[in-house]
Amino acid sequence: MRRNVVGYLTAFAVVGVTVVPLLFVLLGGFRTTAQINSSPAGLPGPWVWDNYRDVLSSPVFWRLLGNSAFIAVIATTLAVVLGSMAAFALSRYVFRGREAFYTLFTLGLLFPLGVATLPLYLWLRQLGLLENPLGVAIPEAAFSLPITIVILRPFMHAIPRELEDAALLDGAAKLGFFWRILLPLSRPALATVSVLAFVSSWNFFLLPLLVFNDSTHFTLPLGVAMFQSEHTQDTAKVLAFTALSMIPALTFFVLAERRMVGGLTGSVKG
Amino acid sequence: MSTATSSRPLTAPSPHAPAAGGARRRSRTRTRLELALLLAPGLVLFAGFVLVPIFVAVYYSLYSWNGFGPLTDFVGLDNYVDAFSGDVFRGSIGHNLIIAALSIIVQLPLSIGLALLLNRKLRGRTFLRMVVFAPYVLSEAVTAVIWLLMLQPGGFVDEVLRGAGLGWLVQQWLADQRIVLYTLFVVITWKYIGFGVILLLAGLQGIPVELREAAALDGATSWQATRHVVLPLLGPTIRVWIFLSVIGSLQLFDLVWIMTLGGPANASSTMATYLIDHGFKRYEFGFGSAVAVILFLICFLFALLYQRYALRRDTEGAVG
Repeated sequence: MRRNVVGYLTAFAVVGVTVVPLLFVLLGGFRTTAQINSSPAGLPGPWVWDNYRDVLSSPVFWRLLGNSAFIAVIATTLAVVLGSMAAFALSRYVFRGREAFYTLFTLGLLFPLGVATLPLYLWLRQLGLLENPLGVAIPEAAFSLPITIVILRPFMHAIPRELEDAALLDGAAKLGFFWRILLPLSRPALATVSVLAFVSSWNFFLLPLLVFNDSTHFTLPLGVAMFQSEHTQDTAKVLAFTALSMIPALTFFVLAERRMVGGLTGSVKG
Repeated sequence: MSTATSSRPLTAPSPHAPAAGGARRRSRTRTRLELALLLAPGLVLFAGFVLVPIFVAVYYSLYSWNGFGPLTDFVGLDNYVDAFSGDVFRGSIGHNLIIAALSIIVQLPLSIGLALLLNRKLRGRTFLRMVVFAPYVLSEAVTAVIWLLMLQPGGFVDEVLRGAGLGWLVQQWLADQRIVLYTLFVVITWKYIGFGVILLLAGLQGIPVELREAAALDGATSWQATRHVVLPLLGPTIRVWIFLSVIGSLQLFDLVWIMTLGGPANASSTMATYLIDHGFKRYEFGFGSAVAVILFLICFLFALLYQRYALRRDTEGAVG
């Protein structure tokens, strides 16, 4: 019983440390900069709606949101479509060099996008993909491929052989089996890899930082950093802006929490 | 139809073999085509945007190049020598290593403790898990801006400390060269602790309760059961966490860039901020490529050694 008291106290402290910064941002957006300056840890009094209203009524926020969504959707689609095709080949065909191909893809896990960004920038420049959303989306998809394949391959491999035999006996082609039976059955794993690819694209900072000069192309993370450095005197508006930019990620997290957690832990077990 | 069947035995002494062989060859060609169709797009994407940039970087790194015009000024390994002989870059490597070491010393025990706690039957456990994990979902950019604002001199953190009677603790969090790296570490911990907790919780769920009960029956205290039964079984998960955490520490960028730009006076620079600062902002692309290659090699070397010596027994045949 005493153990649980300690447990609840610790849990309470953890929740506090985690949530207080988020509340600071959300509530700070309802204050004026003068209120914040005079009492940084205070509550809104009176509540001010102007900051949120300003941010929501300016086109900047919506443009950033649109850019981020556009890039994340393309990156996710590319990674999941190409990744599931490759995972199908690597799990349901027997051919020489199969393990070599798989190892090649898994090597990508050792080589995160952050490390590759400067070389990637130079390469994209050569390809003429700078200032182009595809210049961000395509590399993000490429770097999401390894984890996609690593998660999908064992999943597809585990689907019983008998199902495939039955489909082939019924006259389906192997690709028909892939499309009509295997993909629908793989839906949970596909959801997991989609969530992972989407979130990593949504949050990525360094590549868009280098690829985009023109702020009309900026994604949300770039926009938050830019807004902060451009409005250093207007803390309240920065807080409102930051609070609003947290909402998509947090909403997405609440909706897809099980997929995300399952994916992260599943990827560890390989 | 009839002529075909009747003529076949004449031309071919063994009627079945050639037909079957043809079909098998056809199906083998078909299989190859299917494989090519399935694998090629992924391979092209992967090779074109993951592998090619590495090789391109190695090539550029041998030149002194401002990013414009042809590569003419071949300097061999000079860029690498320059990087390693510079105090700032060596300092940056040190900062990455400090963050990596601190992660293992501080975050790991903290994550294990929280995971053990959240594995108990507490009321509101699901909610607790979600809360702990929430910061992990936020982008580093958002995290950086939040903490940048909270750590302003006389800002939220200072005010809370003073209010709690801990005013003597107040520091120039981001402006003091001796402190800035540790301030950043606290922010990193805030953001990433949930990831470790969730990972370890998943590991804990794979450990049968009976093992603990058996240990208790044998007279083990709760601590002994944890120490000698649960922790060893968590080994694989812990090793994976250490791997991810070190790799993450080695390429730390977003948080540092937004909060301090590696300053003040390079006191919080990391390899990646050094790379962007010197390679990109100053148009020294040959030099920057060399730094990128070094960063890559360090990560790669660590990954290989770690796979070889620590992870091998856990993930047989997975990577490396």
